[in-house]
Amino acid sequence: MTETFSTKKYLRDIPFPFCAGCGGATVATCFLRAVNELGHKDLKGFVFCSGIGCSSWIPSPHFEADSIHTLHGRSIPVATGVKLMRPDLNVVVFGGDGDIVGIGLSHMVHAARRNLDITIIMVNNMIYGMTGGQVAATTPLKIKTTTTPYGGFEHPLDAIQLAVSAGASYAARWTTAHANQLKETIKKVLTLKGFSFIEVVSQCPTAYGRRAGFRNAGEMLQWLKQQSVAIEESRKLTENELEGKIVVGEFVSKTRPTLIEMVQAILKGAEKDD
Amino acid sequence: MPRYLSPGTHFMQGNEALAEAALIAGCRFFAGYPITPASEIAEHLAKRLPQVGGIMIQMEDEIASIASLMGASWTGAKAMTATSGPGFSLMQENIGYAFMTETPCIIVDVQRAGPSTGQATKCGQGDVMQARWGTHGDYASIVLSPNSVQEMFDLTIRAFNLAEKYRTPVILLADEIVAHMREQMLVHPIRKIEVVNRKKPKPGNKLFFGGEEVPSMPSVGEGYNVTVTGSTHDEFGIRFTSDPTVHRSLVTRLVNKIKNNTELLMDFETLNANNCEVGFVTFGCTSRSVYEAVDMATERGIKAGFIRLKTIWPFPERIVQAMAQNAKAIIVPEMNLQQLFFEVQRVVNGATEVIPVNKIGGGEMLTPEKLLSEVERSVG
Repeated sequence: MTETFSTKKYLRDIPFPFCAGCGGATVATCFLRAVNELGHKDLKGFVFCSGIGCSSWIPSPHFEADSIHTLHGRSIPVATGVKLMRPDLNVVVFGGDGDIVGIGLSHMVHAARRNLDITIIMVNNMIYGMTGGQVAATTPLKIKTTTTPYGGFEHPLDAIQLAVSAGASYAARWTTAHANQLKETIKKVLTLKGFSFIEVVSQCPTAYGRRAGFRNAGEMLQWLKQQSVAIEESRKLTENELEGKIVVGEFVSKTRPTLIEMVQAILKGAEKDD
Repeated sequence: MPRYLSPGTHFMQGNEALAEAALIAGCRFFAGYPITPASEIAEHLAKRLPQVGGIMIQMEDEIASIASLMGASWTGAKAMTATSGPGFSLMQENIGYAFMTETPCIIVDVQRAGPSTGQATKCGQGDVMQARWGTHGDYASIVLSPNSVQEMFDLTIRAFNLAEKYRTPVILLADEIVAHMREQMLVHPIRKIEVVNRKKPKPGNKLFFGGEEVPSMPSVGEGYNVTVTGSTHDEFGIRFTSDPTVHRSLVTRLVNKIKNNTELLMDFETLNANNCEVGFVTFGCTSRSVYEAVDMATERGIKAGFIRLKTIWPFPERIVQAMAQNAKAIIVPEMNLQQLFFEVQRVVNGATEVIPVNKIGGGEMLTPEKLLSEVERSVG
């Protein structure tokens, strides 16, 4: 089949700021392919909220769309304000691991608890890339970063488990080596109600890869693929066997009253109330 | 309850009056986090906002509260939060964001005794400088100061109108005493209350962040493809983080749109301001003691006067300088350890003596007697 799709129709003519080999471009492409396959001719009807960090540049200012580039960590509460006042708009948050589960962690947990009707795409590059490679809440144990020169001594956070236990309607994890699955998942969540959380484990050859012993982005992608274990397979493995693995797939997909549904149901009668 | 407060006199609490005024001014989104002595505003609006088609949501903290205002405001809604010192500290970064992105919103700070947790239920006036300089970088703020339940109502409407007119955050700097007191207030018929709405763009307009002193503001979902960013941006909203001229022209315009309109923003009550022997520069709850101290001084044959600031920032330099021409002394009473005093001293610039009178702790006010004794001492 001839490839005719171009992301250009959704983009401003401003070059992406990503380093060579960055996974951010893969995520952007997967998202725009998903949008295209869903039949959106443009990005009207979407509002993109992002914070500070490399992956927050995916939508803003590059997508030809409404976008709010917020403070570091605050994209989710900003998205909350947008969605509550304009439930008809499709609100999508892009952010890195620092933005979403570092500085902004509590907002993610509370948005999941509320089952706020938004999609979060968290690009987890396991490092603070934009600031030069400092340890993150997601950095694997023993990895050397600029702030853990002897190797990291903290356990990383499992963002997906957190989102699931907080009440997300939908949660899935893929890596940038799973572009097709990622695109299909994005297509699915853009039509779902409730809180959808997608984690994309991504390569940062510049700030993470070179310190973790990878020679280039290709090696990192190979590694992401090798480390990945499908969620169905992971259930057969012990905790020790799963150490350092990236469990990929759909972790939850359920129907639960959403924030917008609850707001509309509970507050409906208030206008007549005295 | 009717949609809005009925015209006529009401006996209300300050915080409730503020909340009712917000509805009339057009507020349709409130987000907040519980804190004494501001919680009644959230509680009142939790009941009242849904009755007028709005939403009140209690967020996980003050940072999330003010952040959600940014989103709500960009949908076109008028949005407000209310807090006290500790929460006001947490909100500072997003106040800078609102200033930089020209996002209208209202932040109510019902002051209590700080710093830190301080005395949570007791009055203080220690956030005067924080309200002016709290966020980082160069900026200018609009800060209003009510001294009665009536003004909790009136200045809230003014706050919303200024936020919309200048596309900027406006801080309503109340205090525990004004917020919790109950007194009579007058509400005019709704049609006689001026309500200002933000200027909307015309189709084809793309300059949402420049091109004029206060650019028009689209909403998300209107098809304008607006890009909002707290990074330095050009007049189209596209970030420019290394070009010196883009930063200079953006931040200078943002500061000037407030600074150059000081005469319009100034709002004060005066008595004998230009021909008193001793004058007060006062604001908030403390000004209620000043009224009585001035009466007592007059009875004793001392010509006293005052300038009572309803807009603290931008500071009305011209008015205070005029008072300094004839007054032997200007007294600045505050429930803090000197804040506005320094601004008065700066603008008076040695033209007359400026005397600080300060009291903190336990919510104890400066009494009229104490202020009278300062007046008597200053005239020798």
